[in-house]
Formats: sequence, structure tokens, C-alpha cells
Amino acid sequence: MKFLPLVWANLARKKVRTTLTIGSFLIAMTLYGVLAAVHAAFYQGIDVAGADRLVIINRTSLTQPLPVSYRERLLQVDGVTDATHASWFGGVYQDEKNFFPQFAIDTDTYLNVFPEFQIPAEQWREFVADRQGCVVGAATAARYGFKLGDRLPIKGTIFPGVWEFNVRAIYSDPRQGGDETQLWFHKKYLEENGPAWFRGLVGWYTVVVESPDRAAEVARAIDARFANSPHETKTEPERAFAAAFVKQMGNIELIILSIGGVVFFTLLLVTGNTMATAVRERVGELAVLKTVGYSDRFVLGLVLAESLLIALQGGLAGLLIASRIAPWLGKALPGLTFDVPFRHLVLGVGLAVLVGLAAGLLPALAAMRLRVVEALRRV
Amino acid sequence: MVRVDGGGTGSLIQVRNLDKRYVRGSEEIHVLQGLNLDVEAGEFVAFMGPSGSGKTTLLNLLGGLDVPTSGSVTVAGDEISRLSAARLTAWRARHVGFIFQMYNLIPVLTAFQNVELPLLLTKLGKAERRQHVEAALELVGLADRIHHYPRQLSGGQEQRVAIARALVADPTFLLADEPTGDLDRRSAEEIMELIARLVDEHGKTVLMVTHDPRAAARAHVVLHLDKGVLVEAA
Repeated sequence: MKFLPLVWANLARKKVRTTLTIGSFLIAMTLYGVLAAVHAAFYQGIDVAGADRLVIINRTSLTQPLPVSYRERLLQVDGVTDATHASWFGGVYQDEKNFFPQFAIDTDTYLNVFPEFQIPAEQWREFVADRQGCVVGAATAARYGFKLGDRLPIKGTIFPGVWEFNVRAIYSDPRQGGDETQLWFHKKYLEENGPAWFRGLVGWYTVVVESPDRAAEVARAIDARFANSPHETKTEPERAFAAAFVKQMGNIELIILSIGGVVFFTLLLVTGNTMATAVRERVGELAVLKTVGYSDRFVLGLVLAESLLIALQGGLAGLLIASRIAPWLGKALPGLTFDVPFRHLVLGVGLAVLVGLAAGLLPALAAMRLRVVEALRRV
Repeated sequence: MVRVDGGGTGSLIQVRNLDKRYVRGSEEIHVLQGLNLDVEAGEFVAFMGPSGSGKTTLLNLLGGLDVPTSGSVTVAGDEISRLSAARLTAWRARHVGFIFQMYNLIPVLTAFQNVELPLLLTKLGKAERRQHVEAALELVGLADRIHHYPRQLSGGQEQRVAIARALVADPTFLLADEPTGDLDRRSAEEIMELIARLVDEHGKTVLMVTHDPRAAARAHVVLHLDKGVLVEAA
């Protein structure tokens, strides 16, 4: 700690240069934090996916349906303890930007497979009793001000017409990162009022397996059972299904890694150049430090400490700003929760430290190897 | 007592058969040739000689900043020419105070912080360091400039701060390389007065390189370095 004034004094030597370098870190780490929040928002469904659940879709494509009759046959597969189905509705509430997912579900079985969703028993009974009833996630209800008893007109995009629903229940999902944005309604309502081509069909199935250890074996058994049928299946763990679903929007992870990689590499060059210039400018002073008894290692540490302090100041400020502005993104992309996850904050600090040290390493080594006699001759 | 014949025993500084050669391109430059020197504690020695005669090289060797090609330098019983680079650095911190022609203060540190630099390497606490620094600045007559930065001081005052830095850790001896070379005549006289006082009143041992005969006249002994060999001035 007694050497800290020396480090600070050196940083304050060229205030504009130091501020600009700290600013580069700040911007880079803000970008990193925001990208981490975007990543977490898109992948939050994956993180909470059940390890004991498998999702069965049409082998051709997720957009191709499966027969409703498959449920009974799925239950006959050894290791499957329960099964339910859901269908993507894809409707629009008032405006296209008001996106939230809507599913037509099997009200008899859905909560058996998804016990994490919490709904007051009375509300669930009212939903089951009303063919036009719907269940809305707490986040969506809060966002649009939906209350029990409200009537929601939703314009179908896959299933034409304006569909009217009565809000009968509001569900919550207490898990960290749980999804409270969905709207569920009766599959029977869709069956009775939808187009003829979708009758007797569902979007996908979700089954519960006896044990997560048997998931792979059960998945193979399911696909084998429906092989060579008009509706062959593709079965995968819920986590993989959620990941594939996200990837339909593009390889978000690759995009984030690419942007982050370029930004950090640029940062490395900028900071490295700053530190190299800072060392070049005070060769004589470093030689004096060595003359009065400061070791080569101390001088190495001094330059690294300066680089590290720049990185930490900019990095911490950037992460703080990112964690403040990330929630605002939720307004632009409804249905997703934006927060910089704690592990990414820790990783961000680690990255800042790493870049700070890497950028300072070459100038620090040059300072360490500086020969006092030669350096003093240049003063 | 100062001797250049290699016959002294028990001196504070003993130099024996000191050789220093540099290779520059294909040419070998023999800077110091079989040099002997004995300096006892409390002596004030001035080295004079033409440019390139090896004065600064000798000072660098005595201060452990450079290593000899052959021969030995022994200070207070430590043969420094045999020490590793790391041990030599630690030795310098304990035994040598350097005074440079260009003062070489750290411009972003105050007079206090500059003088405190050598003490940061010791185990002294903050209060003790403060006490030592204030005493050193008091000794050089700059107690009222303690929080001034080098840019706020005159050349003479900067050199006084540099002297305070050199003596604050109470080194075994002081090495001064042209301490008045960058100063006007009046400041130079003040600095030499100060150095002479350090020797006479505080018993410091000082070895100084200078071109200035007035500065050299303050020393107890003036040695001339010519073609790599030391001779005592007549």
C-alpha cells in the first residue's frame, strides 16, 4: 500500500491519456456487460430447462405438427412417466411489437409435466371450466395491465381471425430466470375454431422421464417407435430444444463472442500502446528507482500495477453502467428479462484484470530489463 | 587517508586491480586499467579528468551500477563485484546515496515523496519515515518546500532535494556525479557548501566526479583519472 501514491502519481502524469485509456475500458466493459445481459436473456429458458424432460418435435421441422394421438403411444414407451402437448399460436396483441408467446395446451396434463408453474387452485379451476379462458404469466400481466376477468383480443397470424380470450388465471415461476411471459389457452378451443388442416394435430410433446440418467435411452426409444411413420419424431432434452429454439434467431453466442473478441483485442492494443509510451517517456526515472535500490521485479510490478489500475477503473465503471442500462433493453425487447448475471460481472472483472496485465506485460518487461547505466546516460 | 597504490588495509572502500573494458563494434575500449584505491570513512574525494577518462565509469563501479571486467571493489567488507544483480540492488539501497548532475527527481512526486523513495524499501513505519524525511529536508535547508513539486523549485533547490534523497537512508557513502554541473555559480557554491558540511559535521564519506576546480577544491583529496589510471593531484 505504501507504494500506491507512486502508482497514482504516474497515472496522473498524463491525465488526458490516462482518462482516454480508462474510457476505452469503460466502453468495452459496458459493451461486454450489455452483450452478457443479451446472452443471458436469450438463454434464460435453457438454464431453467428440466433435466428430466424430453421434447418431441416433427423430425422434418419444428413448424410441422404431430398427431394428437401420439400421447398414448408415448406413454407406452418404457421410462416415460407423463406426457403433454402444446402448440405455438403466434398471435399479435394490439401491435406486432407487443410480443409474448402464446401456446394452446392440453389442460388435463400440462401442469403435471410443468409443476414449477404456480397458479392458485381456484384460478386454475376457472380456467379449465372456461373454453375461452387463458392463463397469463405474471410478467406479461404486469406489463400490459391484464387482470382476472379481462377479455383479450389476439389476432392470429398462423390461425386467421381475431381470437378472444378471458383472463382466468395468472401463473408465476419462482425459479431464478423462470419465464413468466407466456399465455396458455385450451387446445380444444383452437381445435373447434381453427382451420381444418390443424385438427387432430399438435405442435410438440413434452414427456417426463423416470430419471434424467435414462433420458438418452428413452429419446432413442421414442424416435425408434415412430420411425418410418408419416410423422417421424426428433426427441431431445428440453435444454437442447430450448438452445435450438434460440439458435433459430441466429447464433447469438457466436455474434457476442465475435464482437467481444474484436473489442478486447483492440483494447489490448490501445492499452499496450499507452503503457509502452508511458514507459518510454520515463526511462530515466525508472533507472533512478533502480539506482536507489528498487529491484527489477519491483519495476516490473510497478508498470503492471499501473496497467491494472487503468483496467480496473474502466472495467468496474463499465460493468456498473452495463448493469444499470441492461434493464432498459427489456423495454425494447419485451418478453425477455435483461440483467447482467453475477457470474458475468465476476468474469468481466477477471477479463479486465487479464487485459490489463497482458497490455502491461511487454512494457513492464522492457522496464524490468532496463540497464541502469545505459538509461542514465540517456537522461 | 586516501591511497592509490593498493597498499591500504582496513579502508572503508578498497579497489584492487580494477579493469573495465567495453566492446563497441569491433573496437575494444579499455576504460580503467588496473586501478587501485583506498578510501577511509569520512573522506571527501574528488575525481577529475578529461571527458572520456572513465570518471563516471569508476563511479558506477563503486556504486554497484556496473560490474568490472576484472578486479574487485570491496565496501565495508562486502566484495560487491561478486554480488548477483538482485543482491547488488539491495546492497545499493543500504550503502549508497547517489547525487546526479541533472538531479533526477521524479517530477510527479513532491519533495517529500522524492526523499521518501529510498525509505519505502525499508521496514520503517509511516511516522518514522516522515521523521527521517523531514530531518533530511531540514538538513538541506528545504523544510519549507516539503510539499513542492520539482517544477516549483529552482535548480539549486532541486539538487538539495536530491541530496536529501541520497542521505535520508543514512548510506555508508555518497556518490556525486557532477553535482554542480547544471547549476549557476551561486547555487553551485551553496551545494558544495552543503556537501562539505555533510562531510565535516556529519562524518559522511563522499566520492565526487567533477570538472569544476572550485568544487574539487572543497574535497580532502583530488585524484586525476587519465587514460584509465588514477594519480593523486600535486
